[in-house]
Amino acid sequence: MAKRIDVSGLTAYYGSHKAIEDISMTVEPRTVTAFIGPSGCGKSTFLRTLNRMHEVTPGGRVEGKVLLDDEDLYGHAIDPVSVRREIGMVFQRPNPFPTMSIFDNVAAGLRLAGSYKKSELTDVVEKSLKGANLWNEVKDRLNKPGSGLSGGQQQRLCIARAIAVEPKVLLMDEPCSALDPISTLAIEDLIGELKERFTIVIVTHNMQQAARVSDRTAFFNLAAVGQPGKLIEIDDTERIFSNPSVQATEDYISGRFG
Amino acid sequence: MSNAAVADKPVSTLQGATLPKWSPYAIAGGSIVVAVLIGLLGSLDSKIQWGLIAAILFVVGTYVIAARVEGSRQAKDRIATSLVWVAFLLAVVPLVSLLWTTIARGVKVLDIYFLTHSMGVVGDTEPGGGIYHAIIGSLEQVGLATLIGAPIGVLTAIYLVEYGQGKLSKAITFFVDVMTGIPSIVAGLFILSLMLMWDMQPFGFAGSCALAILMMPVVVRSTEEMLKLVPNELREASLALGIPKWRTILKVVLPTAIGGITTGIMLSVARIAGETAPVLLLVFGNPFINNDPFHGAQASLPLYIYQQFAQSAGSGAAYDRAWAASLTLIAFVMILNLVARGIARWKAPKTGR
Repeated sequence: MAKRIDVSGLTAYYGSHKAIEDISMTVEPRTVTAFIGPSGCGKSTFLRTLNRMHEVTPGGRVEGKVLLDDEDLYGHAIDPVSVRREIGMVFQRPNPFPTMSIFDNVAAGLRLAGSYKKSELTDVVEKSLKGANLWNEVKDRLNKPGSGLSGGQQQRLCIARAIAVEPKVLLMDEPCSALDPISTLAIEDLIGELKERFTIVIVTHNMQQAARVSDRTAFFNLAAVGQPGKLIEIDDTERIFSNPSVQATEDYISGRFG
Repeated sequence: MSNAAVADKPVSTLQGATLPKWSPYAIAGGSIVVAVLIGLLGSLDSKIQWGLIAAILFVVGTYVIAARVEGSRQAKDRIATSLVWVAFLLAVVPLVSLLWTTIARGVKVLDIYFLTHSMGVVGDTEPGGGIYHAIIGSLEQVGLATLIGAPIGVLTAIYLVEYGQGKLSKAITFFVDVMTGIPSIVAGLFILSLMLMWDMQPFGFAGSCALAILMMPVVVRSTEEMLKLVPNELREASLALGIPKWRTILKVVLPTAIGGITTGIMLSVARIAGETAPVLLLVFGNPFINNDPFHGAQASLPLYIYQQFAQSAGSGAAYDRAWAASLTLIAFVMILNLVARGIARWKAPKTGR
């Protein structure tokens, strides 16, 4: 079910500004890969190129290849909408749909994006909310608005919404940066469970978090402000945090950066 | 108490002399009394003059008293507050006076008979008759105009916000701005020129077309602002679920903004409901009931009011009818506004727990 991602020679632009340059990496199925690096180095931009969300930004365009199990996501006959059904995304700020109830939020992907059987909908919603460790907290108020939940609950609701459509890969763009430590812990535990079923890529500013949740870690950096961001190295998380092969990585991780 | 004791007590830098809480009311009451006295003694006839004198006395009095007691900074603060109050009252007085006059004069002949009968063969100077034909005409013309104007306006706004980039959207925005400034008589003349080209007689739908032209830019502008308020994160969240763009707009963006969009449409409906000029040109007016907006002249409320005033040659009965029709029109617009508020509240994104 989970799929592997192969990126080769990927360069992304905002208009004429080159945001990231020549990135190549492989993300194995059923692993958690963390992206770390300073602000503005293109981690989020790179993440958004993986499910073709980058081109939603005005002026956004991409060169290079992203293979999802040997199929090029940027091939000419590929429908970006189908790509996004296979590769789900969770954003930095929790963004449940304000007009919809908790139930409708989780069901939104199925109802609006694809074919579904009415009888299955309730099961899928329950399964997804359980998968996001939210079921026990909301099972008595499924028809209440999703925006009435706390920040951490809203973020888990967004994760439930993303996994309800059964994506092959789950992209997370700093999912815990707006949350308190307890909610963060809940989400990190959840990531550990989700990697049994999905391939997960997570962008984080928190290096301890990268060390806690990920199997592989990629370090991004940029030469100077205005220069495109580049992938410095990607390796097993343990190795990156104990004995990285590039000096810049070690400087960043140990706080000697800059 | 000795001087030494006073010196021992530290002087607070936070305290100062303060006017009591009731002082603005006292100053207001005092200025009104003085203004009335000046008015009576100076034998000023106009009550408006009395009111203006009271307003000026209130502002000046507040400043002088506050400056003497509290100091100049507090006095400036108080003068700003009193100016805001005076401006508010000056704005409200004409509104209340208008409502009061319309209600007082309008209720004279406003009854079920008036609402359910047309002018028919009743002469303009005779008593009797009603506005049924005008209500029917107004409802049909404004309804048809809304059916044309609102969808086009909303769709244009969706194009501008969700799809439009580059020259085309800039050109549309520019022309929408130009259209906002079109005087209603010009919109009427535009449709009239078309009617003359095809040699057509006045009919209700022609008026609807002119009203739709007047309505569209207002709807575009208000809808555009509402759609811009929808956070981009919601669009991205929806797209990232693999929901196509058109369903994202239909199921996520529009429902989030629907309250504001409805309010905008209702306000523009209220605006065109009072338009007289294009209706006069294109629908012409008709004392008989004409239920068919596509054939023959019709009446409408604003046109009826105008004609009753203009053609009655000072007859009291016609004046009463005009006031009653004005009251009906105001009530109609007010009900529309209340409905819009209701819809906006009902559809607004919920935040309850």
